[in-house]
Amino acid sequence: MTPIATPGQTVGPFFHLGLSYDRDSELVPPGSPAAIVLRGRVLDGDGLGVPDALVEIWQARPDGTIAGEPGSLRRDGWTFTGFGRASTGPDGTYAFTTVAPGPTEPGRAAFLAVAVFARGLLNRLFTRAYLPGDTAALAADPLLSALPEHARRTLVAEADGQGFVFDIRLRGPAETVFLRYPGQRP
Amino acid sequence: MNPLAVPARELEPQSVISSEMAALDAGYRGAGVTETQPRLDYPPYRSSLARHPGRAAYDVDPETIERCAPCFGARDVEPLDADLTVGHPGAPIGERTVVTGRVLDGDGRPVRRQLVEIWQANAAGRYAHGRDQHPAPLDPNFTGAGRCLTDDDGWYRFQTIKPGPYPWRNHRNAWRPAHLHFSVFGTAFTQRLVTQLYFPGDPLFALDPIYQSIVDPRARDRLVAAYDHDVTSHEWATGYRWDIVLTGPGQTPLDAEAQDGDGA
Repeated sequence: MTPIATPGQTVGPFFHLGLSYDRDSELVPPGSPAAIVLRGRVLDGDGLGVPDALVEIWQARPDGTIAGEPGSLRRDGWTFTGFGRASTGPDGTYAFTTVAPGPTEPGRAAFLAVAVFARGLLNRLFTRAYLPGDTAALAADPLLSALPEHARRTLVAEADGQGFVFDIRLRGPAETVFLRYPGQRP
Repeated sequence: MNPLAVPARELEPQSVISSEMAALDAGYRGAGVTETQPRLDYPPYRSSLARHPGRAAYDVDPETIERCAPCFGARDVEPLDADLTVGHPGAPIGERTVVTGRVLDGDGRPVRRQLVEIWQANAAGRYAHGRDQHPAPLDPNFTGAGRCLTDDDGWYRFQTIKPGPYPWRNHRNAWRPAHLHFSVFGTAFTQRLVTQLYFPGDPLFALDPIYQSIVDPRARDRLVAAYDHDVTSHEWATGYRWDIVLTGPGQTPLDAEAQDGDGA
C-alpha cells in the first residue's frame, strides 16, 4: 500500500530560530563576477508586505547544469550549491545574491524553483521565477503558454539594473500562480 | 497581572473559534471526500485570512530542476547539531526526550543522507527568539534549534527537551499544543515539507485551529508522534517515534543515472 504523505503545517513566526543561517541568501558572495540580485516582496491579500515569510530558491548554474554539491548551510565562498533561503524584512522584501540560471535543456525557458513559507500560510507554496529575455523559449514553455496573460505575467521576473525583481502575491487580483505537482493531494 | 491578559485588540473567545471549527468539521464529514493536507483557507486561524491563495494551485509536471533537490552533507551538519541539550554551559531544564523516525518518499523508500531541521520552544513554552513576548523564562542552557542528516535507511534522531505549550493571539486564551517544527527535504524539490510534530494526548488538540486546519482526523493524527518505550532509555530520556512521508515518488536511481549521463 502506498503511504499517505505527512500533512504540512505553517512555518510559524519563529522559523528564523531553526531555518535562518549565516549567508543563507548568498548563493554567491555579493560583488562576485556575474552576481545578480533576485529580490521582491511577499505581499498578502491586502497588498501589505508579509514580514514573516521565508522564500527558498533552487536553481541551475548559468550553463544549465545542476549542482550536486553540499555546502549551502556553511558557505565557503566558492562552491555554488544552487540553493538559498531568504527571510523577509519588515516590508515583506526578500533578496538573494546569485547568478542567473541557464536552461536545463537547450531551447527551454530558464527559471528558478521557488518555495514560499509564512506565518498564516498553512502549507508551503511552490512557484517558478522565470527569467525574461529569451522570448522564444518563454513563448514555447508548456506552463507559461497554457496560462492567460495576467497569470503568466506573475511568473516572469522583471529585469532591473542589478538583476531581477520577482514579487510573490499570496492573494488578490494579481495573485501569483502557485503550482501543484503530480502525487500532491489536497 | 499577566501583561498578555491585556489584549492590544479585542480578541474573540475560544467559543467563537471552536464553533467555527465544529461547523467546518461537520461540513467535511458531510462532503464524502478524503483530505490529507491542511486547508490553506481555514478562517479559524485568523492569520490565514489574508495569506491564503484565492485560486487553486495549477497542476504542472515538474521540470528537470524540480525533479532534483539540494544536496547537504558532512560539510553542512555535524553530529552534535542533532543534540539540542548540549552546547551550553549547563543542562537545560525539562523532560529530556529523544525523537526519532524515518523519512520516506511516497513509494515508501527511505530518503537517504538528506537534511532535517527542527526548532522549538523550551520547556516553559518560550522560544529563544526576539519576537516571542510570552512572559515565561528563557533557559540560558537551551536554544531550541537542531539539524541532522538522515542515515542510509532514512532515519533521523534528535535529543532535546520536551517543549511546553504556549499562548498566542489568534483569539483570547489561545494556546498551542506542544510541538516541534520540522523542515524536511526529499530527493526532489517538489517534496519540500515544513510541518509540526505533536505529542500524544495533548488536551489542546481540539482547541487549536492550526492542528484542526487538517480537517481529516486520520490525517492530523499523522502529525502525532508515538511514545516508544524502546526509544526511551534507562535513567536518561523518554522516547518518541515519528515517521515522515513526503509527497510522490522521489528521484529514482535511474533518473539520477540519466541525469549524470546528460552531464548534469
